[in-house]
Amino acid sequence: MSGSAQITVESVSHTYRPARGRAVLALEEVSLAVAPREFVALLGPSGCGKSTLLYLIGGFLPVEQGAIRIEGAPVAGPGPDRGVVFQHFALFPWRTVRANVRYGLEKLGLARDEQERRAQAYIELVGLKGFEDSYPSQLSGGMKQRAALARTLAVDPKMLLMDEPFGALDAQTRSLMQAELYAIWQRTPKTVLFVTHDVQEAVRLAQRVVVMSARPGKIKATVDIALDRADPHIYRSAEFAAKVDEIWGLVRDEALKAQ
Amino acid sequence: MKYLPLLLLALIWEAVVQLGLVSRDLLPSLSDVAKAGWTLLREGDFWTNGAASLYRGSAGLALAIVIGALAGIAMAWWRAVDALVGPLVEALYPMPKSALIPVTVLWLGFGDGSKILLIFLGCMLPVTLGAYNGARSCEQALVWSARSLGASRLRVLWDVVLPAALPEIANGARTALALSFVLLVSSELIVARAGLGYLIGFLGEGGVYDAMFAVVLVVAFLGFFADRLYQRLMDRLLAWRA
Repeated sequence: MSGSAQITVESVSHTYRPARGRAVLALEEVSLAVAPREFVALLGPSGCGKSTLLYLIGGFLPVEQGAIRIEGAPVAGPGPDRGVVFQHFALFPWRTVRANVRYGLEKLGLARDEQERRAQAYIELVGLKGFEDSYPSQLSGGMKQRAALARTLAVDPKMLLMDEPFGALDAQTRSLMQAELYAIWQRTPKTVLFVTHDVQEAVRLAQRVVVMSARPGKIKATVDIALDRADPHIYRSAEFAAKVDEIWGLVRDEALKAQ
Repeated sequence: MKYLPLLLLALIWEAVVQLGLVSRDLLPSLSDVAKAGWTLLREGDFWTNGAASLYRGSAGLALAIVIGALAGIAMAWWRAVDALVGPLVEALYPMPKSALIPVTVLWLGFGDGSKILLIFLGCMLPVTLGAYNGARSCEQALVWSARSLGASRLRVLWDVVLPAALPEIANGARTALALSFVLLVSSELIVARAGLGYLIGFLGEGGVYDAMFAVVLVVAFLGFFADRLYQRLMDRLLAWRA
């Protein structure tokens, strides 16, 4: 484990115990270190425990075996240092876009006008100007995820934990959101842990792709991605295709097993 | 236009009595009822008795909604509370609440207290069940979002679980509103010294049927009006729903 890591996962195992049915070993002996400002994708078929790992780091589930440390301190519950974005947006439906984005700022105890100013800045950052007073039920899927992203970014977390954030969006919107997330990450570098089952998405965004195997969830391989993302044609290059093929080869067996 | 059938019913009522098809002893004419109502209004009987009923009904209902909602959310949130209170709620839910009338009178006498307690006890359970189901259906990700944005465990109940449960609480409260009228009027009919239910019983025993019918109509109208007002309020409060 590197001493400079921001997120350290050491030999974590986790058993999922449903109210009915038998217990399932969701994670087995998983170790991972993520450096500050690194963009890491957790890739694997459904049921490989990648979301469980994210929830453990987020502090939503108790660490039963092994240890998870954030900047050296064991995780003890959720906190605003780790911003979370969920697949189904998790916006508060009774709050407008503005009030959703303001929520974390209220909890920080900021003055009202400072809350408004910062909420407005992040709403504009994600391109939702003009929709401040809309309720989530009045927005499209892509707009909902933009609002959720603004809400998370507004409290300026050091780390972003993203659980298949674009999985519920159509292909065009997903592609746009990927480009925007990448641009935001470049402007305000944060540590990003990005869970996905989409190989292209992982290669497109991450500096490092962690491939997980299913049942029990283990880390199968780690692949570094060094692409020149400033080049707009990079995603149609042979280099990009080769990386996707390499990782797809690693994932395919797992995906077949998971069926 | 929607209420045309009601107007029609009123016309038929007046006609069958005026034509002598129904005895005036059983059904006074609508015009006599209106006249008797006007007298009650002028002489103040409506106001004093109406105020007593309004106070009892709104106090009992307010207690039922606030405490019922809190109980339901606590049951949904803490397993121990559910284990303790859940079976009680299940056992008491189907009980006819009017059976409590003599009990509350025994405890608190003939005055306001026994009516308020009766309405509180009788109307609480639909709200409790609504709050329980609403809070249980609250999405996990909403709770987690609030926690990761800096809300404490307890704060999440107020910020997330309560608003998420609100539509179901509102449904329960509407049932409670209707129930409160039933309990209020029947308890006042049986044992009271004031209230619209008492006035109906008093006029009926005295044989003043036109005035009695006037009060019955007023109670029916108040029930209808309260439900309408409630729906307006909820439409506004729950405007965020699609």
